[in-house]
This record gives sequence, C-alpha cells and structure tokens, in this order.
Amino acid sequence: MTPNMHNRLRPPHEAPTVKPPRFRYARPETLDEALHLLAEHGDEARVLAGGQSLIPLLNFRLARPEVLIDITMVEELRLMAVENGTLRIGAAVTQRTVERSEEAARACPLLTKALPFVGHLQNRTRGTVAGSIAHADPAAELPAVAAALDAVMVVRSSSVERTVPAGEFFFGPFTTALEPDEILVEVRFPSSGGARSSVVEISPRSGDFAIAGAAGLLLASPGGRTAECALALFGVGGAPQRLTEVEDHLKGRRVTSGLLDEAEEMTARTALADSEDIHADAAYRARVAGVLVRRAVEEMAA
Amino acid sequence: MRPVPRPADRITVSMSVNGGPVERTVDSRRLLADFLREDLGLTGTHLGCEHGVCGACTLLVDGRPVRSCIMLAVQADGCEVTTVEGITPREGLNPIQQAFKDHHGLQCGFCTPGFLMTLTGAEPSEYPDDESIRELLAGNLCRCTGYEGIVEAVRAAWGRDEREGRRP
Ligand code: FES
Ligand code: FES
Repeated sequence: MTPNMHNRLRPPHEAPTVKPPRFRYARPETLDEALHLLAEHGDEARVLAGGQSLIPLLNFRLARPEVLIDITMVEELRLMAVENGTLRIGAAVTQRTVERSEEAARACPLLTKALPFVGHLQNRTRGTVAGSIAHADPAAELPAVAAALDAVMVVRSSSVERTVPAGEFFFGPFTTALEPDEILVEVRFPSSGGARSSVVEISPRSGDFAIAGAAGLLLASPGGRTAECALALFGVGGAPQRLTEVEDHLKGRRVTSGLLDEAEEMTARTALADSEDIHADAAYRARVAGVLVRRAVEEMAA
Repeated sequence: MRPVPRPADRITVSMSVNGGPVERTVDSRRLLADFLREDLGLTGTHLGCEHGVCGACTLLVDGRPVRSCIMLAVQADGCEVTTVEGITPREGLNPIQQAFKDHHGLQCGFCTPGFLMTLTGAEPSEYPDDESIRELLAGNLCRCTGYEGIVEAVRAAWGRDEREGRRP
C-alpha cells in the first residue's frame, strides 16, 4: 500500500487522500447513549476507544464498519479506582494513565509492569487497557495479564449487565465472549498484594508485538516455598493461556535450578503453540515459551 | 435529557492548532494527520507508514505525544494540537532542533518532526539514562542516522553527560 504515491503526484489541497472507508461517527457522553447506539446499529457498528488497533485496521480497510461509536468521552467509563482489593479500570481509561498511577502499581504491579511493553509511548497515550483486552490480539500483553490475574470483565448491553471471568472471555485470535451489542465497560483486576510479578517477552523491536511472552505472579510462603503461582503465555497460541499444570507443579516447592528445568520443559511440552508467521514457527514459539517461563519464575523467586 | 447523538459522516470540529483556533467541517473518516497536512497545509507532520508503526506523524494532543495517522480529526475535537511548526521559533531553531543539527541527529530529515515531537512531549526525568532514552525513541524509526546522533542530540538537549553509555 503506497497512498503516498498519490500525494506526490498532485498538488496539496486537491482531491484529498483517504485511507479509511466511509463511516458515520458518534461520540456519546453517557453509557446509556453509547449502549443505545450500539443496540440500534449492532453488527454494523464498532466501538472506538483509543483506536490504536481499530484505526490501523480501517486504514488498511480490513475493517469496514458503517458506524463508529467513540466511547472516550463517556464519563462513567473514565473511572479508575481501587475498591475492596480490586483495581477497577473503566473502558475509557488510557494505558498511560494506568502506567503512571501509583495506586495501580501498588494494587497490581503485574499490570503496571506489563504496560511499558504495550506499543510505544505514543500508542499508550491513547490506547486503553480495556480496548486492548476487547481486541484480543493473540500477541498482546494485557489479555495474558488479565488471564494471569483472574481479572473479571464487566460487560453491558442496553438490556443486560454480566461479568465474565478472564478464563472464559478469550476464545481465540481477536475473538471474545463479547456480543455485537455489548461493550466491555470495565475490567476488574484483583489486587495481587504481596505477590511478586514478572513480564518477559521477545520481540523484534522494543514495543513491537511479542513473538512470545509470559506474564506471571508468584507468592512465596515464609519458608521460601511457592504458595501461589499464576502463569500465562501470549503470542504463542490464538488466545492467552494459563499454564495450570506448571503452576501446580511449582506450588509447595522451593524454586531450584532443577525445578526451573522442569518448568521450562513442561511449558514447552504443554503450551498450545499454533501461532505461525514470518518471525517464528509454532515449534520455536513453544520452545521460547519454556525459556520465558523459566526466566519469569527465576525473576520472581529471586 | 439531550437527544442521543446521531452518527454522522461529516462533523464540525473545533480545536486549537499551534495556539490558534481552528473550526472546520470534516469527513468523519479524516485522519488527524491528513486534516493537518491537506486541510490546514501544515506539512511538517510527515506520514511514513500510515498505520502506527514508524512514528513520523507524531505530534502532541493536549501536550502528549500521539500518532496522528491513527487518530481521527474528529477525535481531536476540543483538544490542543501542537505540530512541529508550533515548536519552531520564527527565527532559528529551538534547543532540541539545534541539538539535532549539531549532533548529526538527522540526514534526510523525514523522520525528524516525529522525533522532535516525541521528545517535546516526553518528561526528561522519566528517562534518566541512555537505555531509557533509547526505549523512548523506539517508537520512531529513522533509516538514515543509525540513531547514535539522535541519542547524542537528546543527551545534549537534556544536559546529560556526553560520554554516558558511549563505547570507547
Ligand atoms: S505515519 Fe504514523 S506511525 Fe507511521
Ligand atoms: S534522517 Fe532520514 S529517516 Fe531519519
């Protein structure tokens, strides 16, 4: 695609270049208005928050919604708060806002550690936490963080509100439990208190989508054994994956180099690796996943 | 209660661009970068990839760096937009621009407005060392300089030790 070719061949101010297909745009100010619009336009509409994933798709004309409903001005969705041990993040809260929040870092260090990996500064200024989760790119960090933390998605349509645990939210690449008339209005991350956390990934360039990555949480008992542990992979398969077998294997044990070997081997063997692209095939991703889990656990146990 | 806004394919927006008020009716699909370049003639904002990867189109919205090729003009309604034209003095160069010139921070210059705007929107204290400066710059691609000159320019502009992190 070289739209710039046309720029060069004509003087400015004539026949404007266009990238996205034509659509109608509305910017509701209340959640009721947004839900009403979505109920009316359903399948033809897309919800627009930070636009860091959706607008590139429009520019490529890979998405052709007739209506865009911009929820960034919806007051109710701009909430971020820690309540009863839960970090609540509304759908219009930007990644940068969360990244810079000390309150968020205290409640969910895994989330704030993962955020610098999400795109670049310029993307995080506009991109939202909930938007990245709703978009469900298999290589994105935040869906895996949601999986590792057992986050809960609060989903609304004009008629129903429901909650969906992260374990039931992600179906596959860009596919979630969200219905066309529903908005992911809030993500609730349980506070991880005294647990250690780690995010590791490999990517072609810092800030690019990961070829493979792991997000983890580990709570050690006073005796140095692993009391609680959660591990999730991204970039390896179509959806974020919890490594329950590896988690169970680590629980009640001290992290030794022998145990790290076992965690690495077990991850490489059990990971559902089916992502393939020019950067890496599935077998490579599975193997790298093992190494990344090893690094994450090692870091958390240190 | 106000009526639910109707989705429209042309919308009137008003924003401040480089300190001056602008009001225009634009297609909903108009990208902010195209609005500035085509409608306002502010061609200092460059377009490289047009899908959010290269950073050439970086500018400030309400003081913070964004990629204007993946933001709609209608989304800038009510905002303060600053482009490279807005940070350039009438005469000469501003300190960051001068540092780029002094330290070979550019060659063809295509990527330069994006780098300048990223740096203008960044808080230097958040980037205390070379590694974090490189991390910040990772959102902008340059195919000419190899980045060394750009990092040197940042060090100079931010008053950092010139030898910090340099290979012998
Ligand atoms: S032109 Fe906007 S990021 Fe490349
Ligand atoms: S100076 Fe040519 S691309 Fe950076």
